[in-house]
Amino acid sequence: MPVDYIPRIQEKYTQEGYPAYRWVVNSDLPPWQPLHRPLSTSRLGLVASGGIYITGQVAFHYKDDMSWRVIPTDVKTTDLRATHFAYDLTDARQDPNVVFPIDTLRGLVSEGVIGTLAANAYTFMGGIYSARRVQQELAPQLLERLLAEHVEAVLFVPV
Amino acid sequence: MSSALDITRAVNPPRAAFLDYPLGHTAGKPHKPALQREILLQALEAFTSLTEPGSVKMLPFRWSEDQAWQATAQRGPDDRRPRYDTPQYQSEEDRQRAEATGHSV
Repeated sequence: MPVDYIPRIQEKYTQEGYPAYRWVVNSDLPPWQPLHRPLSTSRLGLVASGGIYITGQVAFHYKDDMSWRVIPTDVKTTDLRATHFAYDLTDARQDPNVVFPIDTLRGLVSEGVIGTLAANAYTFMGGIYSARRVQQELAPQLLERLLAEHVEAVLFVPV
Repeated sequence: MSSALDITRAVNPPRAAFLDYPLGHTAGKPHKPALQREILLQALEAFTSLTEPGSVKMLPFRWSEDQAWQATAQRGPDDRRPRYDTPQYQSEEDRQRAEATGHSV
């Protein structure tokens, strides 16, 4: 059975002295946009929330960090780093592809499965208490960047 | 993609592909590029195979034979770090590089 994370995390926030965490529950039908063209001729964006940054960039902090990083999609995989407070980073630090599948995606572009990747991918550290601030600040900023990248679709890789 | 089914159901995105792996492995196992490729192929296939908004494709991959990791994850080991409000570098070398360049993106 898949793990139920909501009760676990609820408990943790309570233990840490936060007020009862109000999970985002979106009951309305989500917006829907079918792909207009095959993925093999599309530009794909990538957004990941596992706290990935490039060596040389300022790392994320762990207290509602609203910042995001620009990761060129031709980045050297060995220059990628991961920092986050809420998951075991061991494997992500061994092979960033487990939370930021950049080599995998580049491989699928070479194979012709994906048309092309956007020039940049975007990352943030998703351990953010304030869902409101994510909706009002972080998400619109990322949306603006993704539109400027002229992507047809976006792969979102959360942790 | 997702490795937390209950959270994804609550968020209710247009489409999702659920991989039943421990947190921190949303796109696969380390240094297993063939597996990572299979996982991504199956996830990307959802762009065309899912037709109902809010659908979740369950990816057919198993982390381990016994899935013992699930019991541990459900109980919850206390592996969260404190909420430091300063940048948390993977290495001291990273800190020095970042401080030399002095900007965050």
